[in-house]
Amino acid sequence: MAQYQNIFTQVQLRASPELGVPLPPEQQGSRTQGTTFSHIMGLIGQAQIGPIYLGYLGVASLVLGLIAFEIIGLNMLASVGWDPVQFVRQLFWLSLEPPSAEYGFTPFVPLAEGGWFILTGLCFTSSVILWWIRTYRRASALGMGKHVSWAFASAIFLMLVLGFIRPMFMGSWAEAVPYGIFPHLDWTAAFSIRYGNLFYNPFHALSIVFLYGSVLLFAMHGATILAVGRYGGEREIEQITDRGTASERAALFWRWTMGFNATMESIHRWAWWFAVLTTLTGGIGILLTGTVVDNWYLWAQEHGYASLYPDSGVVDPAASTGSTGQ
Amino acid sequence: MMKFKAYHVALAALPLTLTACEFAPKTTEQNGIAGTGMNQVNVTDANIPADVPPPPYDLPPPGGPRASEVYENVQVLGDISADEFNYLMAAITEWVAPEQGCNYCHNPANMASDEVYTKGVARSMIQMTQDVNQNWSSHVSDTGVTCWTCHRGNNIPENVWTLPEERTSNAINGNRRGQNEPMESTGYSSLPNIAVARYLLDGDDPAEIGVASETMHPTDANTVSTMDTEATFSLMIHMSNSLGVNCTYCHNTQAFAEWNRSTPARATAWHGIRMVRNINSEYITPLTSAFPDNRLGPAGDPYKTNCTTCHQGQNLPMGGVQMVADYPALRTLLAAPSRVGTAEEDDADAGSEMTDTN
Repeated sequence: MAQYQNIFTQVQLRASPELGVPLPPEQQGSRTQGTTFSHIMGLIGQAQIGPIYLGYLGVASLVLGLIAFEIIGLNMLASVGWDPVQFVRQLFWLSLEPPSAEYGFTPFVPLAEGGWFILTGLCFTSSVILWWIRTYRRASALGMGKHVSWAFASAIFLMLVLGFIRPMFMGSWAEAVPYGIFPHLDWTAAFSIRYGNLFYNPFHALSIVFLYGSVLLFAMHGATILAVGRYGGEREIEQITDRGTASERAALFWRWTMGFNATMESIHRWAWWFAVLTTLTGGIGILLTGTVVDNWYLWAQEHGYASLYPDSGVVDPAASTGSTGQ
Repeated sequence: MMKFKAYHVALAALPLTLTACEFAPKTTEQNGIAGTGMNQVNVTDANIPADVPPPPYDLPPPGGPRASEVYENVQVLGDISADEFNYLMAAITEWVAPEQGCNYCHNPANMASDEVYTKGVARSMIQMTQDVNQNWSSHVSDTGVTCWTCHRGNNIPENVWTLPEERTSNAINGNRRGQNEPMESTGYSSLPNIAVARYLLDGDDPAEIGVASETMHPTDANTVSTMDTEATFSLMIHMSNSLGVNCTYCHNTQAFAEWNRSTPARATAWHGIRMVRNINSEYITPLTSAFPDNRLGPAGDPYKTNCTTCHQGQNLPMGGVQMVADYPALRTLLAAPSRVGTAEEDDADAGSEMTDTN
């Protein structure tokens, strides 16, 4: 009977838990010693749960993140008059809004007028940056490269551009993105309308290329490795140094298909750069909007970048008649 | 062989619960250059001409004594014949107060009396209708409007709005900041719900509806924030909902702001925005003191118009039926308008009104 072998992990190991490299004595207390096995988690990943290293940075990061989460949630709950039913019903519409333009970029805004928004940003940003330091230090402790940290940093850059750096350059909190599900989507659409269509922002275009490229590369790589799983292809790292039949077949498949193949190592460089450049170029595009370029459509016309379609012949009624409407 | 069970069907149907499908049959038509996404999706039966009430009887031929000669206290329709006046009164009764009849506005013991407030309101609304037909052909074209266009047989048109109750505190308790609340007027988005009040009353300059810059680089000429842009977006959602059209009915989404990429309908809408502002500020707001409390909103303002008041989901109200053709008295301002014009004229007219009243 036909069987599909790749949906869940087929074989789960049960042995003495892997505890990793020993830590220096001063860090011993930061890492839990207990481990357990979970069959459910084993279906989608490693069955061994723990040990986990939390440490001061991890604890501080979680606490600050929780504070930010609570401020947002409690502001949303307050906005529906502390009614838990309406909070759940309307959750997707609710929001913690930034201060309005009248406050400029001052950090001192009354709490109810957007002060909570600034506090949330402070806690959230601190939380994320502490978590970033944690990823850097844990990689360092394991003698790893810092690739995860720098990829994470690229995402943090975009987040800070949207919520802090660009509002600072524009001199107004009113440019920041609200914390809310639908509200942040409405902000996105309004942002594009205000600045003459973000699709004519070349950095936005690059960001889309890298985003869709990341998806494509992920699909190609994931599919390739699953397809040679029956030959041990999932042991990618071993196959880099000791090329086996799985690697040979995977490489040959792509050379047959398109004449070129990434290697077991370089495909991960492709993926890393595409992912990192998605948020990096996106952040640059946002940063330039309103600060350097105010109407991307006109910018694109000027630079021969937007198609110039035939004139529809419609003229601005205000310009053509000078009338007030009648 | 796999057996289909109820939960398989339920699972297959699950995506349907997440969609906002409108099942009505639709037609699409291209309304711009190919490849620019200029397509208009219409619900097929939305624009067929509606059944509207026929005239009460054939329009009386011109001639005969004037209404002002036959009846007392006829202020805005005094120049038409008494026969045409009666014909129009019969029609208006059918349009606005089919259940209550003449007595909705008139004291049956003395039809000339202005003691019922609705009579004063109706007088002003007749002038408004005449003003729209005479001076706003840029929006209503030859199709024109009648009382029916908004009222549709109701004392108060179904699609009207008032200002919300003023918040006395800035506390966060119960404060949605004028947005983030699913409601029909914003298309159930989280956009600001003050857009109609902001742009269709006498507040902000309608030129501020436009948000995109006319220059490539930032200048002091345009300091509109992204936050403020949401109000424009919200107004556009209102217009889209009211007319039953998508954005590309007026705009090329390549560049929303550019007039030479837009369709002619955008210019019609531009005039419409100004027309609605004129109606609200020149005809409806001045009537505030005329209305009893139960005809005012929570902030003490009368029920006002927006795009939906006439359009009601159709880009041509009532499917484009030219009702006004049967009512020539509604096509031009017959009496000097008491609400439009300079302040001096307003004062003079207010004085004459007082002497006319009984």
